[in-house]
Parts: sequence; C-alpha cells; structure tokens
Amino acid sequence: MTPRQRRWIFLIAGAGLVAFYLWGLSGLPGFGNYPGPYGFAILRVAVAQTNATGVVSAINFDYRGFDTVGEEFILFVAAAGVATVLRRLRGERERPAVDEAAGRDVPATSSAVRMVALLFTGPVVLAGWWLASHAQTNPSGGFQGGILLATAFILIYLSGEFLVFKRLSPADLTDVVEAVGAGGFVVIGLSAVAMGLAYLKNFLPLGQVPGAVSSSGTIALISFFVGIEVAAAFILIVTELLDQTLLIRKGG
Amino acid sequence: MQVFPFVVVAWILGVGLYGVVTSRHLVHQIVCLIVVQSSTYVLLLGVGYVTGGVAPYFFDVPNHTPAVDPVVQACALTDVVVEAAVTAMLLAFAIQAYKRFGTLDPQELADLKG
Amino acid sequence: MDQLLAVVVVVPLLVAAAVTACGLLFRSRRRILDVVAILTAAAVAVMLFAIMIRTARGDQVYWFAGFRPAHGVSVGIDFEVQPLSAGLACLAAVLVTAAMTFSWRYFDRVATYYHALMLTFLAGITGFCLTGDLFDLFVWFELMGVSAYALTAYRPEERGPIQGALNFAITNSIGAYLSLSGIALIYGRTGALNMAQIGVAVAKHPADRLVVVAFVLVIAGLLIKSAIVPFHFWLPDAHAVAPTPVCVLFSGVMVELGLYGIARVYWSVFGQALGHRAAIGHVFLGLGLLTAVTGAVFCFRERHIKRMLAFSTISHAGMFLIGIALLTPLGLAGAAVYVIGHGLVKAALFLCTGIVLHRLGSVNESWLHGRGRPLRVTGVVFTLAGLGLADLPPFATFLGKGWIEASAGPWLVPVLIVCSAVVGGAVLRVAGGVFYGLGDRPSEDPQMAREAAEETSETTGGKDRTPLTMIVPPALLVGAAIVVGLIGPLGPAVQAAAVRFEDQAGYNTTVLSGAHVSHPVALFAAGPTSVTAADVLTGLGSVAGALILAWLALYWRRLPLLRAHRPNASIAAAARRFQSGVVNDYVTWIVIGLAGLGGIFAAIIGLPQSPALGSSPETS
Repeated sequence: MTPRQRRWIFLIAGAGLVAFYLWGLSGLPGFGNYPGPYGFAILRVAVAQTNATGVVSAINFDYRGFDTVGEEFILFVAAAGVATVLRRLRGERERPAVDEAAGRDVPATSSAVRMVALLFTGPVVLAGWWLASHAQTNPSGGFQGGILLATAFILIYLSGEFLVFKRLSPADLTDVVEAVGAGGFVVIGLSAVAMGLAYLKNFLPLGQVPGAVSSSGTIALISFFVGIEVAAAFILIVTELLDQTLLIRKGG
Repeated sequence: MQVFPFVVVAWILGVGLYGVVTSRHLVHQIVCLIVVQSSTYVLLLGVGYVTGGVAPYFFDVPNHTPAVDPVVQACALTDVVVEAAVTAMLLAFAIQAYKRFGTLDPQELADLKG
Repeated sequence: MDQLLAVVVVVPLLVAAAVTACGLLFRSRRRILDVVAILTAAAVAVMLFAIMIRTARGDQVYWFAGFRPAHGVSVGIDFEVQPLSAGLACLAAVLVTAAMTFSWRYFDRVATYYHALMLTFLAGITGFCLTGDLFDLFVWFELMGVSAYALTAYRPEERGPIQGALNFAITNSIGAYLSLSGIALIYGRTGALNMAQIGVAVAKHPADRLVVVAFVLVIAGLLIKSAIVPFHFWLPDAHAVAPTPVCVLFSGVMVELGLYGIARVYWSVFGQALGHRAAIGHVFLGLGLLTAVTGAVFCFRERHIKRMLAFSTISHAGMFLIGIALLTPLGLAGAAVYVIGHGLVKAALFLCTGIVLHRLGSVNESWLHGRGRPLRVTGVVFTLAGLGLADLPPFATFLGKGWIEASAGPWLVPVLIVCSAVVGGAVLRVAGGVFYGLGDRPSEDPQMAREAAEETSETTGGKDRTPLTMIVPPALLVGAAIVVGLIGPLGPAVQAAAVRFEDQAGYNTTVLSGAHVSHPVALFAAGPTSVTAADVLTGLGSVAGALILAWLALYWRRLPLLRAHRPNASIAAAARRFQSGVVNDYVTWIVIGLAGLGGIFAAIIGLPQSPALGSSPETS
C-alpha cells in the first residue's frame, strides 16, 4: 500500500474499530459506579488477613502474587533480550573505557547538573530502599523502589561520571543480582510448597499490628527481592543502551 | 461526566493506532505503541473508580473506609511493567535496525518481502 | 491439591534464573548448560504427561497462595487443568527438549541467554495452558511473547532478524493490548478475573453490546498470535529469520496456543452468554477457510524453505480453526490430535531444514537442488515428515484430520483435502528436488534468492557431517507422530476430554465449588472415532494429490501444456503487495480485520436467537 492509501484505509477501518469499541464501552456502568465484587471482597478482608495496610501491595504480592512472578520474569526476559540484541558483535570493537576527554573539545557537564545529580543520589537510594522494603504500608513496593534504585545509578551517569557508573555496575554482577532477585521470589513461593502449603502462601509470621515494620509476612520479603531484580534489570538495560552509543563502534 | 473517561479511552486507542500506521520513524512508532497501551491504563483505572472512595491504603485512614477498587490498580501496575519491558526491547531492536539498515523508516526496512 | 501443577511452571523459571546467575561459571563449559536446560525441559514434559493422565479422570484445580473462593467469589488465582490443556503444554515441552537437543554445542550463543530464554518461553506456554484466570492468561501470554521476540532477534548481525523481530513484536504487542482492553471491559461489567466466575456472571443475561465487544477484543490478540488471515502477516517474516530451533517452537506450539486460547475463552467464559452458536461457528469457519486456502496458495510458491513451512503453518492453523469452529466434541478432538501430529511433523521438518542449513549453508530451494543427496538419512526423515503433513495414514495428522472431516459437512471435506495436498505437495517438491535431485531446477526469484542468501549458517564447526544430536530428534519426532496415530484408545479418550472442555456449567462448578462433575454434558453429541475405510481413502487421496502436485512442480517444464503458462508471476506480484514487510501495512490489516469482525459480531447479536441452539441460558 502506498502511504496515502494506507492512511485513508486506516481512517475508515480505524473509525469503524473505534466506533465498535465505543459501542461496547457504552455498556459499562457509569464512571464511579464500580459494581464489584472482587474489589469489595478484597477490601473487606485484606488488612485483617495479611496485616498489610497497603492493599494494592497485598494484592500484588499475596493474593495475586503469581501474576507478579510472571511479570517479574517478563522484565527479566526483556533485560536478557536487550543484552542479546545489543551485545558486542563480530566486526565491532569495544572502545576501551578510558577517559577520552584529554585533548578533545567535549562540553563539560554543567556544574549545576553535577551538583543536583550528586546531591540527589543519596536520598534517591534511601527512598528507593525504603519503598522496596516497606511494601506493606506504602503505595508502592518492589517495582517502584527498584526503579528508584536504578535511577540513583543513572544520576551518577548524568553527573558526567560515566566511567564511575560503569565501574559501579559491571554487567556480570548486575546479571547475577537480577537473577538472584528473580530466583529469590520463586524460591519463597517454593518454600511454601515445601511446607505442604499452596505455592506463594504467606507463611511467615504476620506480626501484631497492621502496617508495622515487620508485619505482613512474605509480602515485605517478596517486595524486597522484586526491588533488587527491577533495579538490576533497569541498570542492565540502561548500561547496554549507553554502551551502544558511547563505547561500541564498527571496525575491524 | 459518566462516560467521558471511556470516550478518552477509545480516542487514545485510535490515535495511537493511527500513529503506528502512518509512522515514518521507528522510535515514533514505538512511542505510539506506548500510547496504545496507555488506553488500557485509563480503562482499567476508570472501571475501578468508586465515587467518593479513598485510595486503598489504610495507614492513616480507618480500615473499611469506602475505597476505590484496588485490584485494577494492581493490574495497571503489572501492565506498566510489561509495557516498560516491551518498550526497552523494541528500542534495542530500533538501535540495531539503524545500524544494519542505515535508516529508521519502517517503510524502508523492507528486506523481507513476498 | 496437586503441587505438581505449580511446580511445573515454576521449575523452568527457577532454572532460567539460576542459569543466568551462574553465568560466569558456565561461560567456558557450555555443555553443562545444554545438559541442564535439556533435562529441565524433559522433566517438565514428563510432569505434564503425568498431569495429563491424572486429569483424564477429572479436572484439577489449584489455588495459589491458598485463597479459595467463597460464595462464588474468588480472590486468588487458580490453575484449572484439563487433559487438552496439559496435552498441549506437554507437546510444547517435548518440542523444547527436541529443539535444545538439536542446538547442542553447535549454536553461536551469547552468555547464557539462549537457554534462559527458551526456558522462560516454556514456562510462559505452560502457564498459559494451565491457567484459569483471565488476567493471568494475559501475563503468561506476554511472557511467551517477550521471550519469542528476544529469541527471534537472536542473530542481530543480519538484517532479516531485526526486521522480523520488529514486525513480530509490534503486531503481537498491539494484539496483547487489545486483549487486555477486552479483559478490562469484561471486568468492568462482572467485577471478576476468574474465568469461571466471569462465565457465571455474564451468562445471567443474554449477551449485550459490552459482552460482544469484550469477546472480540479478547480474541483479537489470540487471533493475531494464531496467524489467522488477515492477522497473519507477521508469521512468515518471523519464521524466515528466527534460528531453526526457535522456528520449531513457533510453528509447533505458539500458533496453536492462540487457537487454544480462543477455544478456551469461548467455551469457558463467553460461550453460554453469547448464544447464537451456529452463526458464531460459521464466522470462525469462514476465517478458518480463508486462512487455510491463503496459506496453502502462498506456501506453494515459496522457494525459501523456512518461509514455505511458515505459510504451511498458517494453512494448518486455518484447518485447526475449522475443527474448533465446528463446535462439536469430535471436531475439537480432531483439532487437538491434528495439532499434536502437525506439531511433531512440522518440528521434524524444521529440524531437517536446520541440518541442511548446517551442512550446506542455505535454505534456498533453487540453489539447493540436488545438493542434498549426501544427506541420506535427513532426506528420508524429511520425506516421511512431508508425507505425514499430507495426512498419510497412520500418522496422527491423518487421525485428527479424519475426525474433523467426519464432523464437517460434505462440502468442506474437499477443501480440506485440497489444502493438505497443496501444502504436502510443496514439502514433497522440496524433498524430491533437494534430497533426490528429481526434476528441473525451480526458477530463481531474485527477491527470494536475496533473502535466502542472507540466511547464513547459524552453526559453527563440524559441517562435514551431521551430528547425532541433530538427526535423532527429528527422527524420533516423526516416529512419535506415527505412534500417536496408532494408539487405539486415543479416540474415545480425547473426545471425552473435548466433551469436558465444552461443558461450561461443569467447568464453573468444578472451579467455584470444588465439586467433581461426573457426567459432563456438551452441546453436541460425541461422534464415532473409529477409522473407517472412507477415512483411509481420503487420507490416501490427499497424499496422492500431494505427490502429483510435487511431481508436476518438479517436471512442469517438460510438459508441453504447462510450458506455455506462467502462473507464478501474477501470484508473485500479489504476494509482494500484501506481504510487503512493512509493519504499518500489517497493523492496517489488523485494524481492517478487527473492524470487519466487530461488525459481523455486532450484526449477529442483533439477530434473534435460533431456538434450537444457544437459546436462553440455564440459570442455576
């Protein structure tokens, strides 16, 4: 199809599809009138059953924890896929990671950016760590915490210290950490199986008070493993992408 | 106000698909794919909304306060992670496509035909 | 509760993570990785086989995290396993084992990702087959998809794999998002994600616009995955460039999984609510026919062996859909056994092509003419597999096809025979030309020659002989296809499983209340599964047709009549226009197809219900 044909054909067919979709959407109960029962059933029992005050985390890591296993491995596979596709190929050489600024007119990172980036690195790590390990209370949990942890590393790169960034996150170590995170989650579930319970049953002590630091059993533990897996996966992805632009070039 | 969020859902889907179909740049196409998925976020969160409900976090709010549906929020979270993963991979493919083909125009990438 | 159900999905995931974690150790000892991966896949196959045998007596339900449903409301995720689900997953595990054995030692690889990716692919397939929760279905569908995208792009130093992977990823991702939209839509009505719970909730009223749209959206992603026309354009691109062991899995299982998903979503969730069984059956029948014929036609004109096999998969996908669309237990059983036979035979064909690629360095049929003569054993296995593809008795393909034909109307049977014959003819043409040097060299299509030339060898070393690890798997797979066709009690057992699959009320009871349903009731009566003389005749007829077509294709230049014609040129032009390689076109076709399908379904729901079938659902 020529681009013009394609555009016109799509406008007609797409209008049809959108109209069909709207026709179906009009059958929904109005916005704000959620009928239940799944959400209401969980809201009734979640805090009592799991001692977690963050119900979304309870769903993610307990009620529907098995979905989260799959989702975590999707991220794992994506990191592996990025590494596979962007690896150093035959016919390409990796530029040795030395400082090439000597004698070259490279614009230095502005001091403002450096300062802000370095200033934020510490608090970001802290925030990420807290989010990842306190999933039972905060509206977040392992995934967001992991992203924040990865952001800290990226802040180091942004502050102009690419070599420091590379040294702090060698690909092999990141690989291992990611795999430990993913495998750890699976193993926690299997521990329940080993005890004769259903896979991923919350078997650790639930604590006395809902929302306390050491409450909600396996939810906090799983969230921690997910956090380090997500952090490692994102660091790996960003490293591969940066390697492509900064280190690898064609040559014999 | 009762149907507006759902009209937005259909619109975002349409616009995203239009972007994918008429795109001449791979990165633009991948971002349009993200737009298509955004329509699912809006739909998920839209169907779970309860008028007057609070967020389902009972740390400072007494337990059993009417809250919005937490299940769709968990689903949307899963959805976001899936989308991030797929996007990362697609962008890696785009980088390699540029290196192999020298162009990012999907209409020029036609090495396989027929 | 049978813990095996959870373990069978989790083990490949754990091994994939472990293999990556110990990546440093294994870098120099590749053989250990191969052994670990093969053993894991084999273990999963054995476990799934055991599960399949166990579920023959009754469905097994497994509730994760110990959350059982109360008062018909489920808060957790369940696995609901039936023999058909476990059987399909078992086929996948067997094919993964064969593929990993094939790639022993000779595969270029990076770090440990190949093995990890194959194992996560297997885990995604197993989870998809066993799950009873719609959102969980989506998660495993995406895991399967993402692993597939990564595996397709496994040799990014060539141009083809990147383009194929991009087309694959973009089209299938759009499909997945559309499916998710459908899931969210039906959740907005029923407030449930568990398939049985949704089924009960939507069956309370006749289907209205929301249920119809949700159904069409949910199967949109599955239709794209199963390469049904016009959603099929990504498949030949992905097949042409993926490494051979990966193609084995795509053709052998992944496409069939999309069809399984459609059947599952229809029978376990939406079937009772939608009603209009006859009309809906006809719609899918039409789609299946279109796919079968299109795939067969395009298959015959291909000279790139892997793309040819890809189009043949599309054609067979159409035939499987026909079997499912007949809505009878016999048709479903036929489709199931046909899938098994086809999977085994197609895998053998791809593995033999891989051997040809390894020894001779090409997959271009024109260039390979006559050069395959030294590969004698491979030639025999390839020819046998080709005959199996053409439904030679007693292959399992013949058995399944016979049941589909028995359940179909008399006007459908010739179409099925012709499609099988055309596809079989193409494969036998390759067998005769490449391995035995029969006939004349086929014409060289410059575009195809360029593509095929790009397919460089995927193996290193040892090109002067075919290692055992490469030839034994396809030989065993072909043998298995014959053996499965000879199992006597297979017929009644598979059909009983199909009856149970189609019994929505029984399914809901089993999942939501844990009761055991002793007499499942399907919509149509079960049919006879014995092999009659008529069946054997049609099977032989299909094979004869394939042989004739192959002979004609090889020798047409020597026949005065055909020499004058050039039928290939116009089809070639049409093919290039449609299979353009541009993903924008593919997505446009998806939108066209969905808009059309949506319009048809909207019209169907507007029709009054036929009194015989699918009239007002029973309210329990």
